[in-house]
Amino acid sequence: MDDQESKPALQVSRREFVEVAVVSGLAAGVPAAAQTPEIKPRIVNCTFTINKQKQELQIDPRVTLLDLLREHLKLTGTKKGCDHGQCGACTVLVDGRRINSCLTLAIMQNGREITTIEGLAAGSQLHPMQTAFIEHDGFQCGYCTPGQVCSAVALLDEVKAGAPSAVTPRMGEIRPIELSDDEIRERMSGNICRCGAYEGIVAAVREAAGRRRV
Amino acid sequence: MKPFSYFCPATVDEAIQGYGEAQETRFIGGGTNLLDLMKMGVERPAHLIDIGRLPLMKISPHGDGVRIGALISNTDAANHELIRTRYPVLTEAILAGASPQLRNMATMGGNLLQRTRCYYFYDPSYQECNKRTPGSGCAAIDGYNRIHAVLGQSPQCIAVHPSDMCVALTALDAVVQVKGPHGERSINMTEFHRLPGDTPQVETNLQSGELITAIDLPSIPYGKQSHYLKIRDRHSYAFALVSVAVVLDADEDGTMRHVRIALGGVAHKPWRATKAEKALTGEKADKKTLRAAAEEELADAHGYEHNSFKIELAKRAIVRAVTTVVGGQQNG
Repeated sequence: MDDQESKPALQVSRREFVEVAVVSGLAAGVPAAAQTPEIKPRIVNCTFTINKQKQELQIDPRVTLLDLLREHLKLTGTKKGCDHGQCGACTVLVDGRRINSCLTLAIMQNGREITTIEGLAAGSQLHPMQTAFIEHDGFQCGYCTPGQVCSAVALLDEVKAGAPSAVTPRMGEIRPIELSDDEIRERMSGNICRCGAYEGIVAAVREAAGRRRV
Repeated sequence: MKPFSYFCPATVDEAIQGYGEAQETRFIGGGTNLLDLMKMGVERPAHLIDIGRLPLMKISPHGDGVRIGALISNTDAANHELIRTRYPVLTEAILAGASPQLRNMATMGGNLLQRTRCYYFYDPSYQECNKRTPGSGCAAIDGYNRIHAVLGQSPQCIAVHPSDMCVALTALDAVVQVKGPHGERSINMTEFHRLPGDTPQVETNLQSGELITAIDLPSIPYGKQSHYLKIRDRHSYAFALVSVAVVLDADEDGTMRHVRIALGGVAHKPWRATKAEKALTGEKADKKTLRAAAEEELADAHGYEHNSFKIELAKRAIVRAVTTVVGGQQNG
């Protein structure tokens, strides 16, 4: 077992330690009447399967899934962009579905299977979507890329399952999705790229989709 | 973030009992809005009840209509065959909102309860917000108010409800099923949200501790003749400036037997356009009639420094949306 796995999730950085200490200090200094009673259970036990590895962790209920991954598990591939669900840089897969990891508490995902950008490759073999992003220059600075790639991987599954998007014609009729470039753009609109690598991103998704014969 | 206790009940009754009389308790479903507001310090719950595991995740026929469990994700509702084939306007509206990631997280019940995106409400560094701090004033009225209300607002609050989904539900005459400490009851969609009046902090007619369990859609034989038109600053992933949900029953010659219209982006709640509906029922959908109906609906509208454009935009959007459906060009 490596060092990280044995660490309780709370003992991480000085900054967080200070935050917790301040909160406790405040609670001690406030008269009982002004407090909401019984806010005790600060640390809870959770189990996650992260990139196919089972992790048993003790966490503060306030920790987001994003902070759990980055700060506690050092899986820093997942990026914190806006931290408000507006940019998509924090996109990960939970039970195979893409979500913004900044807008969920880790504790709410207890027991679930989480896949981050670190979990997409099979050993040294990149995921086809990663390869396609490289081949088509689907990035410049790279900060949004892990979120873009995770999002695109889920996109292909959604299309395969026949899920419509806002630009799908006649969405009241159940039929296979034709993954046009407009469809790709709409379905990737939750991932912002401030370098503007969108052309390469659309090309990468198009190619990866072709490989999977969507 | 303020510390909170966390409880993840397995049944609806446990959730309602857990809520108790506590003022500072919040149910958390998908969390996409509540957690964001907690980060901003706008919401400061002392107790969180995670309803994410409650067995309210089914979509099924219900009488002649359809019942949607409150914890169905926005994605699953939009994708469901019963919704797509009977109420495509709901699919259109849901898919017009947010992003795939957010729709995967957000629940149907939670979407009903999302708070306004008024910048001043969201940012506690502005002291004035009657919604956040009752009695403190409204920073938007004399501030930057481009996204704000033109119908039904009050001197206390000019915020708008941000949901796309709720606009479609309003046009469809959905019924919200709730359960609370005093039992179960049904609330018509048009009665669910409130206009701001003197109490903008009270946004819905839910009572303390009541939990949304389902959303019922009535049978609408002409449900496929529908369209959700959303007008926004960018093509995707932006809140509506103005939106229109239309569901109507038109003869082949264009005479409208039944008309349902709801507007988004213009008021503190999804705005059922009853005046326009009345003006159009039994009429032919020609440009002049449509424009007159839209004028009538917006007759009492009142704009501010930056949002007066919404009044004309809403009129044109009504005309365009109805024309689209009558012309058979809808996306359903």
